[in-house]
Amino acid sequence: MIRLLVAMVFACVGAVAQAETMRLAVTTSFHNSGLSDVLLPAIERDTGLEVQLLVVGTGQAIRLGEAGDVDAILVHSRAAEDAFVANGFGTHRREIMYNDFVLVGPREDPAGISASESAVVALERIASTRVPFVSRGDDSGTHKMELSLWAASDASIDEGWYREVGAGMGAALNTAAGLGAYILSDRASWLNFGNKDGMELLYSGDPVLFNQYAYLPVSAARHAHVKADAAATLEDWLTSATAQALIDDYRIAGEQLFVFNAQPRDE
Amino acid sequence: MNDLWDGLVQAGWLVITLDPELVEITLRSLQVTLTALVIACFIAFPVAALLSVRRFRLRRLVIAVLNALMGLPPVVVGLIVYVLLSRSGPFGVLGLLFTPTAMIIAQVIIIVPLIASIAHQSLRDLWAQYHDLLISMNATQGQRIRALLWDARRALLTAALAGFGRAIGEVGAIMIVGGNIDNATRVLTTAIALETGRGDFALALGLGFVLIGLAVAVNLAIHRLGRTEVEGRW
Repeated sequence: MIRLLVAMVFACVGAVAQAETMRLAVTTSFHNSGLSDVLLPAIERDTGLEVQLLVVGTGQAIRLGEAGDVDAILVHSRAAEDAFVANGFGTHRREIMYNDFVLVGPREDPAGISASESAVVALERIASTRVPFVSRGDDSGTHKMELSLWAASDASIDEGWYREVGAGMGAALNTAAGLGAYILSDRASWLNFGNKDGMELLYSGDPVLFNQYAYLPVSAARHAHVKADAAATLEDWLTSATAQALIDDYRIAGEQLFVFNAQPRDE
Repeated sequence: MNDLWDGLVQAGWLVITLDPELVEITLRSLQVTLTALVIACFIAFPVAALLSVRRFRLRRLVIAVLNALMGLPPVVVGLIVYVLLSRSGPFGVLGLLFTPTAMIIAQVIIIVPLIASIAHQSLRDLWAQYHDLLISMNATQGQRIRALLWDARRALLTAALAGFGRAIGEVGAIMIVGGNIDNATRVLTTAIALETGRGDFALALGLGFVLIGLAVAVNLAIHRLGRTEVEGRW
């Protein structure tokens, strides 16, 4: 028994003490898209860096960065990112790539949103027909985008049809599929989602649905233990030509998911 | 129904091919839960014995609190451990958040009250039988506790297995303090939650069946080793 205990303690310690690792908090949409499965092995091969992903919503990712529990974050919510840098939690913000948000709903499209002239009009049609709409409700980048669209519309939201699930993208899509509801999703998560049961991509293409991902290293001035070197190495890799090729070539069912748009360093 | 069938097929396939990722997360599940179980038993059994043998003023209160804590919501435990271990929390310097150690700590907190409560039930009954004998032999408190623990070992095994069951199937706390990091803190339950989120129900169910199988296998193995249900051995 004691031998077993000692063996297990060693196993625990061994699991902690590994080569160079860093922690990166990323949004669920980035991970659910499957892109991380392509990028992480390439990062390890090129830089020897083992990136440990914490897959959370943008809101929680920013909290993790503020507390110093991760070394960098990769998120998509401009206002929250700017506040993160302005408050001294992050050193700077670097744009990496973008994809776009889409409106997904039941194939029959009871609210008739597929012919809408803008995303806001599509949401107003959903509101006026009172077809169920599932909201992430988790303070994520997708949730914030959705709230800003509702704020721009004339629609009034009430709980009769508006359902906040407080869950990640995949779980929210599952809920929408079960309820026959509309939902705002990022394109990558939708394409990679396995349970499309009766759901279809109904509206996309409005420029307001543009979804920029940015990389923010956590400030070592505020949290001395942060692995700033590793975070800088990762940033250089993420903005390199290798990353560009992998990101631009990543396809699901023949569709390009992300567009690389990192600018060369301007210092 | 189709998903269930696909899940069974997937589970069978994963096990037959000894999928390396499955083996890794299964071993990590076992490592975390068994470590937590051993630590929890070392805490819970003496506490349970002490509560049976000693009479002190707050004894009833302690027992009531222990019983109540059996229903401790794992998510709350996870959150508390998370806040404590976070870099900006009191134990942040240890850098334990998002490691298997953090998951073990959370699971110990979750199962200690459960194991202690169940163990105390049976130790109390045993103490009622042994009371006069041990007192008349002038046994010290340490000897009394040791005699009780040894003679109640079968009941204690049940208590430990109950703790194992709660810990191995637990997801709320370890998801928060472990972070479900691939190759570092991903275990069976958090992998199931992840695959459900991705809408891959078949794989999620497959992992679920592996988890159930694992729990059954561990229970059977312990019963076999301990020769429970075999006349005359215990």
